[in-house]
Amino acid sequence: MRTFPMGGVHPSENKLSCGKAIEVLPLPDVVMIPLAQHIGAPAVAKVAKGDKVLTGQIIAEAGSFMSANIHSPVSGTVTAVDMQPNGQGVRQMMITIQREGDEWAEGIDRSETLVKECTLSAEEIIAKIKDAGIVGMGGATFPTHVKLSVPPGKKADALIINGVECEPYLTSDHRTMLEHGEELVVGVSILMKAIGVDRAFIGIENNKPDAIAHLSKIVKEYHGVEVVPLKVRYPQGGEKQLIAAVTGRQVPPPPALPIDVGAVVCNASTTYAVYQAVQKNKPLIERVVTITGKGVKEPRNLLTRMGAPVQSLIDAAGGLPADAGKVINGGPMMGRAMINLSSPVTKGCSGITIMSGRDAGRREASQCIKCAKCVAACPMGLEPYFLSKMAQKKNWDELEAQMITSCIECGCCQSTCPSYLPLLDWVRLGKQTVMGIIRQRAAAAAPKK
Amino acid sequence: MEVLLYTILTLCVLGVLAAVILYFVAQKFRVEEDPRIDQVEKMLPGANCGGCGFAGCRGMADALVKNDDISALFCPVGGGDCMKAVAAFLGKAAAEKEPQTATVRCGGTCEKRPRINEYNGARSCAVAASLYSGETGCSFGCLGFGDCVTVCAFDAIHVNPATGLPEVDPEKCTACGACVKACPKGIIELRKKWPKDRAVYVSCVSRDKGAVVMKACKAGCIGCGKCEKVCAFGAITVENNLAYIDPQKCKLCRKCVNECPTGAIKLVNMEPLPKEPKTPAPKPAAPAAKPAGSETPASAPASEAAKVSSAAPEAAKAE
Repeated sequence: MRTFPMGGVHPSENKLSCGKAIEVLPLPDVVMIPLAQHIGAPAVAKVAKGDKVLTGQIIAEAGSFMSANIHSPVSGTVTAVDMQPNGQGVRQMMITIQREGDEWAEGIDRSETLVKECTLSAEEIIAKIKDAGIVGMGGATFPTHVKLSVPPGKKADALIINGVECEPYLTSDHRTMLEHGEELVVGVSILMKAIGVDRAFIGIENNKPDAIAHLSKIVKEYHGVEVVPLKVRYPQGGEKQLIAAVTGRQVPPPPALPIDVGAVVCNASTTYAVYQAVQKNKPLIERVVTITGKGVKEPRNLLTRMGAPVQSLIDAAGGLPADAGKVINGGPMMGRAMINLSSPVTKGCSGITIMSGRDAGRREASQCIKCAKCVAACPMGLEPYFLSKMAQKKNWDELEAQMITSCIECGCCQSTCPSYLPLLDWVRLGKQTVMGIIRQRAAAAAPKK
Repeated sequence: MEVLLYTILTLCVLGVLAAVILYFVAQKFRVEEDPRIDQVEKMLPGANCGGCGFAGCRGMADALVKNDDISALFCPVGGGDCMKAVAAFLGKAAAEKEPQTATVRCGGTCEKRPRINEYNGARSCAVAASLYSGETGCSFGCLGFGDCVTVCAFDAIHVNPATGLPEVDPEKCTACGACVKACPKGIIELRKKWPKDRAVYVSCVSRDKGAVVMKACKAGCIGCGKCEKVCAFGAITVENNLAYIDPQKCKLCRKCVNECPTGAIKLVNMEPLPKEPKTPAPKPAAPAAKPAGSETPASAPASEAAKVSSAAPEAAKAE
């Protein structure tokens, strides 16, 4: 069975909610929509306080090419456009909407009927995806239309659908593949048309045999689409790891992108959203969010409107457990701890994981014993112990030379460290600083041209 | 015996040969360097702190000797006297700068600014700041992990365990600016150094609205503007819900200290103005002025209390 060639770990899977069908979360009364919920420039608000909006109506437009539109997830009145704290307590521009009923904007097909035919051209498909504000829903929130716009001189030859969901606990992609498999595969054929390839692979880890069987059955009708079962290994859902696992090609270090090896990777939930956008005119206003954790009374997969407060999801799952120590936006490996539970669900939020105090607390760090376990675990072939040391010493030049920008922040190094060193904390700081330095350098060089 | 003799002799001959070669090579490739660089370097404090913008004192000495105009160069450690001496030696005009000292502009002590979550990642302000807003409700305030303490080459700044805030020792502080650069929240500022280390400054950098500040911290500036109105010298400006006292215009009249409703304006090494009968405001302002200052009261029980409050299992812990 295929997998990526280097590094990786296998944390306990804990897919508590994998057998739970997707349920609809009752509509939130108040939603908060951050203008920056994707990578790139924040969207520009097109509504002001007091405006009436309909469900699916555009409320913020992409600020640049590398940005995404944002639509209203409910109908009602805009009550504020101001700075509000996000899950990490950092203030961000958000649009607050008070819900009044659920009146949809015109032109959105809300029926369940499957529409297979797509007569649009590649440009039209990409334009529709751009209008619908679709971004990568696996967590990275990279605008999908940017990914699909293959730059001149480069050519894609394979589309890879990421149904890996290697992150422990999370099951939103898994449930989407099971319950919306037909639509998802139509989405695959649309994406293939958009980037002009005749081969597509759906990579799924073999801890989801039901999803593999279900999609394998569906793809028989489609030419060129293949389901690839993969060996369970974290972080297989990383773009570069998945390309290596499925095609055997290795993406060179940054600034190279997957397109340089002819691959375009798209998450399974994103592919379903693409189907909805292109065939049903439905913008990205809701997503499946897994609410899970060992202490959670009722782990669930909830179809949630964007902007619903995280607290409402926790309430729907039986409330915050008594032993809760940490609430994580995302999974335990790559998710971000939250301090503000009234913050909203965003496009990149695939799950809310609640860890007990015992599981969440870190153990006291001791000395590095030079065992090199982190080096063996790093899926990018970096040396985390060294990067972490250099980041502490603020040796940015060395960090850049050591390719710190390749780090995908998967956390394998930290999870495998027998001395419990906060390796990723330092590496992440180093990466952020080095990327800032590179951007500054580029900005300084730009006007000279 | 013979072997030993030959060995010693051979080594001696080799040594002499190498010395002769090295002598001629050194003559041939000698780098002509201005002897004044060495002398200027000796006049500089030799702290190699980087406060001047060069990697060390040698770099600064080199620049001082080579540049005709040295008015842009200043050694914060040596101060005006050192620069004057160097300028006199080189026959150039020295830059004049008034003495400064680092000032920590956050009054959010453990009791004034309760913790709402527990951070257990790497103990560094820079790391914590890159992850989230901090252990307290204030997203602007001091994180308290002491990045400023780590970078200080003069042992002049320390985190007081009782308050959880760093305190500057004005005797040792040279205003090199290392802590200012290290603070990810931009809390530390270099301010004019008054005689007897007196100071009046707004001990808050929160640009949040008053209501948000009040909720998070009892010692924050709420941007009410009372101080701005009372200042006779136009030294105080309120921008983005935050008051700022311009150290160049401030005359230490202390009127603003009594006006501040939250005690965010700190008074150091000075007695507050006598309480005026008509204004009830001075009362809360006066006690707040005392904890700040050069003296470092280290009280162990208070630090114990801080630990307990941080360990309390609150809603969420941040990584």
